[in-house]
Amino acid sequence: MHEWSLAEAIISAVFSIAEKENLREVKEVHLRLGELQQIEVDILKFALLEMKTGKLSNAKFIIRTVRAKFKCRACNHAWTFREMRIPGDIRESIHFIPEVAHAYIKCPECGSPDFDVIHGRGLWITSVKGVK
Amino acid sequence: MYDPRISIIEKRLKKIGKVIAISSGKGGVGKSLFASVLALALTKKGFRTGLFDIDFTSPTTHVVLGAANLSPRESKGLIPPKIHGLKYMSLVFYIGNRAIPLRGADLSNVLVETLATTLWGNLDFLVIDMPPGMSDLLLDVIKYVSKTQFLIVTTPSKMAFETVRRLLNLLRDLRVPILGVIENMKMDDSNYIEREVKSLGEKFLGEIHFDSGLEKALGDIKSLLKTSFMNEIEESILAKNPEITS
Ligand SMILES: Nc1ncnc2c1ncn2[C@@H]1O[C@H](COP(=O)(O)OP(=O)(O)OP(=O)(O)O)[C@@H](O)[C@H]1O
Ligand SMILES: [Mg+2]
Ligand SMILES: [Zn+2]
Repeated sequence: MHEWSLAEAIISAVFSIAEKENLREVKEVHLRLGELQQIEVDILKFALLEMKTGKLSNAKFIIRTVRAKFKCRACNHAWTFREMRIPGDIRESIHFIPEVAHAYIKCPECGSPDFDVIHGRGLWITSVKGVK
Repeated sequence: MYDPRISIIEKRLKKIGKVIAISSGKGGVGKSLFASVLALALTKKGFRTGLFDIDFTSPTTHVVLGAANLSPRESKGLIPPKIHGLKYMSLVFYIGNRAIPLRGADLSNVLVETLATTLWGNLDFLVIDMPPGMSDLLLDVIKYVSKTQFLIVTTPSKMAFETVRRLLNLLRDLRVPILGVIENMKMDDSNYIEREVKSLGEKFLGEIHFDSGLEKALGDIKSLLKTSFMNEIEESILAKNPEITS
């Protein structure tokens, strides 16, 4: 599961942020999940709870999902991932490497493959709260 | 805002002995062929070896290895498939023969994503096939894969070497380890490249001749192992430069 390797990355990143900010204990970790990566929030949460140790033992993970939105560089049309019909195997490839979307998705207005993912690509830690 | 993927990359690469990036200022000089056959030669010598094709928009090493129909297994990350004992990772597993137009920031994202999620495990060598030139991926490999050593490929042409000289200057400015320069597709006995490399104070690792039997062997590892290209990698490059494998 991709969720597990990302959870491992989050835990390791939170440890180094806590280190840098001299936190004794981490209380809250805020995450932003881009819809394009199609992460299973329940699996991610489960993995995070399984892996948290030490000063993260009591940390809560607050996850916000952001819709994936695209904008065409050729005609400026903007559209969402949600409105597209994409077969399961392609969704899975996009799940592993979101940029793979550039091999399968084209602007629904003009057909150009030259678009930007303007938001909702992947995973970010937006803030880490704790006690010093 | 913090990208959590960055902090796991070091751990993912921890059990890899040496990382060798095959690079050149110029396209078409034989980087992908050299990277693939070098990885096979190291595997044949008994080293645990991985090959990572990071020419994400134009991957070709799967053609050399005949490996397009493999795919990674997932188990808390991506486990690269093995071909002839060689662990192999390429974007081709996810895009097949489709075009994938990627801008610089997208390329960086693909590299960070694959570095963060590929589970290479224990390796003696990871060989990286680089795209040509000095763009985002070169700088990102230097930034994120700090133990990379560069092995530069050129052809006998002054035009190829012109770009290689710039690349060497960049790598030196960035204080990145350079293993040396290989002269590929040699057809005469000119020593222009050797002289130029030495005058820059870098190591000339040797030459590989143009091999007219190579094209027929592409895609079939057993035939590749019998080519003179393979033989020259073993005899003229690895045997004469023991520091590469030590
Ligand atoms: N020594 C050689 N003898 C014969 N053919 C060769 C030799 N070296 C490379 N080639 C051929 O030259 C072509 C270019 O090689 P290759 O694709 O490995 O170059 P590259 O540097 O990776 O190119 P790019 O910059 O596009 O990634 C291929 O068709 C390859 O088989
Ligand atoms: Mg190549
Ligand atoms: Zn458009």
